[in-house]
Amino acid sequence: MMDYEKQMAHSAVALRPSGIRQFFSLAAEKKDVISLGVGEPDFKTPWAIRKAAIDSLDRGRTWYTANAGLAELQVEIVAYLRRRFGLEYAPEEVLVTVGGSEAIDLSIRTFVNPGDEVLIPQPSFVCYEPIVQLTGGVAVPIVTREEDEFRLTAKALRAAITPKTKALVFPFPNNPTGGVMRREDLEAVAAVLRDTELMVFADEIYAELTYGEKHISIASLEGMQERTVLISGFSKTFAMTGWRLGYLAAPKEVTDVMCKVHQYAIMCAPTTSQYAAIEALRSCEEAVGEMVGEYNLRRRLVVSRLNEMGLHCFNPQGAFYVFPSIQSTGLTSQQFCERLLYEKNVAVVPGDAFGACGEGFVRISYSYSVEHLREALGRIEAFIKGL
Amino acid sequence: MTKDLLLLLEKNARISCGELATMLETDEAQVEAAVAALEADGTIRGYTAIIDWEKTNREYVSARIELKVTPKKDRGFEELAEKISRYSEVQSLYLMSGGYDLALTIVGKTFKDIAFFVAHRLAPLDSVQSTTTHFILRKYKEKGVVLEDGCEDERRVVL
Repeated sequence: MMDYEKQMAHSAVALRPSGIRQFFSLAAEKKDVISLGVGEPDFKTPWAIRKAAIDSLDRGRTWYTANAGLAELQVEIVAYLRRRFGLEYAPEEVLVTVGGSEAIDLSIRTFVNPGDEVLIPQPSFVCYEPIVQLTGGVAVPIVTREEDEFRLTAKALRAAITPKTKALVFPFPNNPTGGVMRREDLEAVAAVLRDTELMVFADEIYAELTYGEKHISIASLEGMQERTVLISGFSKTFAMTGWRLGYLAAPKEVTDVMCKVHQYAIMCAPTTSQYAAIEALRSCEEAVGEMVGEYNLRRRLVVSRLNEMGLHCFNPQGAFYVFPSIQSTGLTSQQFCERLLYEKNVAVVPGDAFGACGEGFVRISYSYSVEHLREALGRIEAFIKGL
Repeated sequence: MTKDLLLLLEKNARISCGELATMLETDEAQVEAAVAALEADGTIRGYTAIIDWEKTNREYVSARIELKVTPKKDRGFEELAEKISRYSEVQSLYLMSGGYDLALTIVGKTFKDIAFFVAHRLAPLDSVQSTTTHFILRKYKEKGVVLEDGCEDERRVVL
């Protein structure tokens, strides 16, 4: 008998399973569960984008592209970043990746040596810590709090920096809290970072999904572009999750080295998806605006209903999640979610899946139709009343 | 607010004014007043349910009829349209551009009902030159709602 566990890399075996996945394997065993769990748009990719992909296949464009991506797409990404966020990149500073996920992986693998510390504001998306661990780095959580509107404060950042700190993951607009960074918050953080050698891995995948002020990229602040890897993608903005297409933008010295890793591991991002993405950037701003408008209506509905039923709920300013506190119920996040699942057939994600400090919260996605949300909220309300 | 309010009601007219107010970031009284005004000025003409009659045992046939007509000198198509609208079998009536002038959908219990309507109600009308009747065989989508079962959410929780 093979002892696989002994044979496999210790760092891989030691990875903790995703708390979201764990909980949803439970949910998958039950019938008639209404989920509020998914992390992707309910909208289909706008037709113009799908059509562009079909046309590219019709024309037989089925080969690899350049490692860094189609030149035409790099140019469109540069124009988009300038138009939307006032950023100035050269096309060769853009690397097209397999989703934002690969861009995160590349950033960490390109910068982190064994023993290096990577700061990760939490609650946040679940992939940063495991990837840091795979490189032999040390993930250092920084707790963001509701009283600070789940923003990263300069004070918390300063307190977390040590001589071993290599980088800061900067996940705003934030999944799962919906927290965003305003200009003054960014200025304060940037003021701390400018005195250091830290790199910033700015995961801005939700940049287009904000409901108050427009998103500001940390890279647009003075002196920050040179120390930032800007990570984004098409999944959330254009409802293109299944296309697996993202990108990063960083100084050329950095993308040159990242491109080596990308080239050996991936070769290039999917060609069909890249043609689709060109169309997305050229013609779909209006479609994005409509989707954002729809998310906003749902956001208000969900936040208001949760607050009314006694689950105190931070008013999220970005992404498509709400992160209500469930502390008033006296249950832990896991207990709350399991009981809600077994008693009312509704699946939401326990907050501790996003870092230990997420305990006492749950994540509810509003990337569902208003009908679906109303039904699920009704059940949550009945659950709370029955406690 | 008016456009968003109408879009929400068009999708689901049963949603409460309280919920509408929340989604539109206003208060319930404002929504109630706006709906009342839209009803009064005829912008909102009514509220209906979208029914898949296939699921019931009601005898039901519907057809789409194209009419070519000679417009009246002074009243154009209005007079005829008004007359046809009066029949309760007529569910919709539109003036069209292109190869014919009026399009109407009508419902009946049987094919005979429809044939009777065309022969005895429409054809004899003065200005009707010709009628073309298309029976509706199956409805896939009605008023923006897909009428097929099994449109499950295929999304998976992947991470």
